[in-house]
Amino acid sequence: MAGTRMLAIMAGLACAVAIAFALSGYHLFQLTMVVTYAIAILGLNIVTGYNGQISLGHGAFYAIGAYVTAILMSNYDVPYWATLPVSALICAAFGFAFGLPALRLGGLYLALTTFALAVALPQLLKYPALEPWTGGVQGIVISKPEAPLGLRLSGDQWLYLFTLAVGAVMFLLAANLLSGRIGRAIRAVRDNPIAAEAMGVDLALLKTRAFAVSALYTGVAGSLGAIAVQFVAPDSFSVFLSITLFVGLVVGGVASISGAIFGAAFIVFVPNLAEQVSKAAAGAVYGVILIGFLYFIPSGFAGMARRILQRMIPQRPAMLVRTEVGVRENGHA
Amino acid sequence: MLLEIRDVAMRFGGVVALAGVSFDVGRREICGLIGPNGSGKTTLFNCISGIYRSTAGSIRFDGHLLTGAKRHRMIGYGIGRTFQNLALFRTMSVRENILVGAHHFGRAGFIASALRAPGARAEETSARQRLSTVLDMLELGAVAEHLVASLPFATQKRVELARALISSPQLLLMDEPAGGLNHSEVDQLADLIRAIRDRMAISILLVEHHMNLVMRVSDRVVALEFGSKIADGSPATVQSDPEVIRAYLGGGVHAQAA
Repeated sequence: MAGTRMLAIMAGLACAVAIAFALSGYHLFQLTMVVTYAIAILGLNIVTGYNGQISLGHGAFYAIGAYVTAILMSNYDVPYWATLPVSALICAAFGFAFGLPALRLGGLYLALTTFALAVALPQLLKYPALEPWTGGVQGIVISKPEAPLGLRLSGDQWLYLFTLAVGAVMFLLAANLLSGRIGRAIRAVRDNPIAAEAMGVDLALLKTRAFAVSALYTGVAGSLGAIAVQFVAPDSFSVFLSITLFVGLVVGGVASISGAIFGAAFIVFVPNLAEQVSKAAAGAVYGVILIGFLYFIPSGFAGMARRILQRMIPQRPAMLVRTEVGVRENGHA
Repeated sequence: MLLEIRDVAMRFGGVVALAGVSFDVGRREICGLIGPNGSGKTTLFNCISGIYRSTAGSIRFDGHLLTGAKRHRMIGYGIGRTFQNLALFRTMSVRENILVGAHHFGRAGFIASALRAPGARAEETSARQRLSTVLDMLELGAVAEHLVASLPFATQKRVELARALISSPQLLLMDEPAGGLNHSEVDQLADLIRAIRDRMAISILLVEHHMNLVMRVSDRVVALEFGSKIADGSPATVQSDPEVIRAYLGGGVHAQAA
């Protein structure tokens, strides 16, 4: 099973690379944004899907990542790729500092606190005293990276492949993290915090670190987004961005790694689709499509894919489980 | 003595739940803690496992002072526990549920786990070895990959026990393990509790309503009533203790049938 999965991932990655040579211009830009948002949603998923802490403000970390990259590139001439680790560290630190007090609240209060952060941040970015760095309302324009010497790729192609490579590495790291000791603890805290604590999990520390990693992921996505869009401004990072990421999380599949990709595709393509259906009422069409998705596949794309796979692959006959009181058919008490 | 409970008192506002209880649990001893409803068993259990902070007295375990210790440190000291009503991780498989019990052995943090560093992999291998031992002992191998929520109640209880045992505790705290089990399942549980003590050479503190189970498995029984100890001794002595009989069966306004 692990082998088939590996094969499927390699095949998917090969397709994703091949697309770079089949598409160009705006379509390639859209795919770059899909990968970018996928990383952002994966970050949100770590904290909300896996750890059960609802965040409605992850757009703020996306914005911080975007601004770190833009400021480093325009003010300090740092190459675009070198801004990513800096942005990762700054966003992780920011997430840790914010999570330290906020995670004590938990539940709906945390949702509101993070929401407040997302509301406040664009205002902060416009603050006059910060204008030398943030560019105030005008924002910052950054230059588009070129393919490194020797590679005969267009700027769009290179940017897409670069983003894809960063995304692949980050997905791999997240998959490792979530399947091991820490990942089990992260999920255990969501399912039953009292039992998790009795098993030796330091709740406060784990939740804060998970929040920091989550902010790191979403922040790096923000950096990649800034490089792809070549522009950052406070109004690109309104509260709506946070809600959009949340939509992507739910539509893709809560607590699913691959779901983040589906969710990202949804938030990039469906608004465009809605606009094609009706220019005047694009918002309404988007809403209807969204409700339709939640109605027909409530467990998200990832849940649907899992069900289809289960139906295609013949199941082992219902296992008989030997319990203390003889043999029972599995699943029936 | 492995566990030393000295004059532990607990007040909730004006209500005295524990009025200074003292007793010991020795190594490799199965100690049953009984008492009618409201006698303070669960309160005492929660004081030992760190859920409550006792208002007075001290609890020492293997040289560590437990009163005031952090809850997530307990398992590292060697105290494992099961819960009165199941407290499993419902969305996770049996295997993963049990592996969480081995969390405290690990040192690999976020970065080492994400990078699958050699240290993290070695820890994972040793956790898997512990897992297979526990799966065998509790006969859970066949359901290891099943979601816990899909399993019968009695099996889920065994998963919880496995999760506590993988941590290699010196003391296992069991909060009403017989709750919700039928007659033959309780018989099986009694055998299992003794088998665990014999095979793992650990102490067990059992809080239980089920008198038959307590009397069958315990080496020593401590009886509480209204937050005070009324008897402490072998099952036979406690069972015939006039105070205990009065508490459980005798007349008066406090009478409670067991």
